[in-house]
Amino acid sequence: MTSAFQPHPEMLRILDLHSFYGESHILHGIDLKVARGECITLLGRNGSGRSTTLKSILGLVGRRSGSIMVNGKEVIDEPTHRMARYGIGYVPEERAIFASLSTEENLMLPPQVATGGMSLDEIYGMFPNLLERRNSPGTKLSGGEQQMLAMARVLRTGAKLLLLDEITEGLAPVIVKKLGEVITELKKRDFTIVMVEQNFRFAAPLADRHYVLEHGEIIATIPAAELPQKMDWLHQTLGV
Amino acid sequence: MEIFGVPSALLGSQLLVGLINGSFYAILSLGLAIIFGLLNIINFAHGAQYMMGAFVAWIALTKFGINYWVALLVAPIVVGALGVLLERTMLRKLYKLDHLYGLLLTFGLALIFEGVFRDQYGISGQSYPVPELLEGGVNLGFMYLPIYRGWIVIAALAVCFGTWFMIEKTKLGAYLRAGTENPQMVQALGINVPLLITFTYGYGVALAAFAGVLAAPVYQVNPLMGSNLIIVVFAVVVIGGMGSIMGAILTGLGLGLIEGLTRVFYPEGSAVVVFIIMVIVLLVRPAGLFGKA
Repeated sequence: MTSAFQPHPEMLRILDLHSFYGESHILHGIDLKVARGECITLLGRNGSGRSTTLKSILGLVGRRSGSIMVNGKEVIDEPTHRMARYGIGYVPEERAIFASLSTEENLMLPPQVATGGMSLDEIYGMFPNLLERRNSPGTKLSGGEQQMLAMARVLRTGAKLLLLDEITEGLAPVIVKKLGEVITELKKRDFTIVMVEQNFRFAAPLADRHYVLEHGEIIATIPAAELPQKMDWLHQTLGV
Repeated sequence: MEIFGVPSALLGSQLLVGLINGSFYAILSLGLAIIFGLLNIINFAHGAQYMMGAFVAWIALTKFGINYWVALLVAPIVVGALGVLLERTMLRKLYKLDHLYGLLLTFGLALIFEGVFRDQYGISGQSYPVPELLEGGVNLGFMYLPIYRGWIVIAALAVCFGTWFMIEKTKLGAYLRAGTENPQMVQALGINVPLLITFTYGYGVALAAFAGVLAAPVYQVNPLMGSNLIIVVFAVVVIGGMGSIMGAILTGLGLGLIEGLTRVFYPEGSAVVVFIIMVIVLLVRPAGLFGKA
C-alpha cells in the first residue's frame, strides 16, 4: 500500500533529537537505532525522557528538532496523523481507549496503513477476551483487557514498528505474562519494537538492547549479552 | 372539544408552533453541540449563520430565480464553505486557548455578519414565499395543519436523526466521537484530525444554514433573525448537556413543546420558561440532562 514498507535494514534511526514542551527542553540530543525485527527498551527513572522519546517520534510534543528516519525515510517534518502511514503503531501509557466507542469500534478505528496487518480472527485468536467483550464499551473492560485492546488496535493496521509505553503498568502478573508471550510472538513475526518499561524483569528477556536515559540523554547502551555484567550498575542507576 | 378547559384547536396549534420552534432549536443546538464537542469552540456566530442561510435562499430566489428546493441544498453548501474558510483562517489559531477566546471571536464575527446584512438590506424583513408544493393545509379534525409547517418538523427530524445516525453508527462518526475524547491519540492512530475539525465546523454551520432556509417562508428574512433565536438555543444546549448529540435533539424538541404549552396555559411565562428550566437544571444537574459530568 505504501512504499514505506519496502524493506530497509534499519527500521528506526534517531539522530540528535531535541524536544520541547513550551519553554522546557526535555530531550537533549537522543541518538539511537533499531534494526528491523529488533526489540529495544528505553530504561530510566521517571522524568528521564523515555515516554517523551516515543511522543517525539510521533510529533506529539510541542517542538522537536534533529533527525528521525523511519524505514530509511526522514519523517521529522511530517504531521502526527501521517506518521502511522510509515508503519508506526503507538500504544500509549494511558492506553487511550475511547469511552464512547465499543471494543470492536475501538479495534476498527485506525485506518489500515499497509498490507500484512492481522485479521480480526488472528487478533481474537491472540486475545480471546476481546472477542467475548467486543460489544462492551471500551472503558468497561478491565485494565488488562484495555491493554490488550490498545495492542490489538495497532496490530490490525499493518504497522511494523511498535512504540509501546509502559504496557505492563498496573497489571496483574498473569496479564503481564500474557503480554510477554504476545511480544515474543510479535518478534517472531518480524515486528520492530521500542518499549518504555519500568518492569525490568518483564523487559530484560525480551529486548535485544537497552538504552538507559537520564535527564533527556542516553547515558548507556547495553546489549542483551552484556546485561548480566551491568546489573549492579543498572539497579543503582534506575533505583530498582 | 376541550382538553383541560382549553379548546383542542388552540392547544393543537400552540403545540404545533412549539414543535416547529423545537425543530429549529434541535437543528441549531445539534450544530452547536457537534462544533463544541470536537472544536471546543462555543460558536456564537451560529445565529448569524442561520440568518445567512435564509438570506442566501432569498437572494438566490430574487436575484437568480433559484427555487426553494435547490436553495435547501445550495445555501447550506455556500454558508458551510464560508464556515470552512473561517475555521481554516481564524478558529484554528484558538484551539489551544481558553473557550472564552473562541466565544469572543465568533461573537465578533456574528456582529460583523449582521452588520453587513443590515447595511445591505436594512432591518425590515424580506418575505420568502412558501414553495408551491407545500402551500395550503390539512384539516386534522381537531386543528388545521399548514402543510409547510408539517414539512419543517419532518425535515428537521430527518436531518437531526440522520446526523445522529452518522455520528453514532458510521466510521466517520466513530472518528468524530474518538476525536472529541482524545484528538492527539486519534492523530497518532493515523487519522487526519485537522481535516476532521474543518469538516465538522463546516457541517455544523451548514446545519444552521439549512435551518435558516427552512425558516425563510415562515419568518421574515431579516439580519436579526438569528440573534433573536440564538440565546434560547444556547439555553437549550446547556439544558441538554454540552457536547451531547441526542441530548441536543431531544431537549430542543422537548423545550419547544414546553414553550408551546406554556403559551396556552400561562402566556406571560412563555418567553422565559426555557431560562427557568435552564436555571433549575444548572442547579440540580450542572452537566445538563444528557451530559456527562
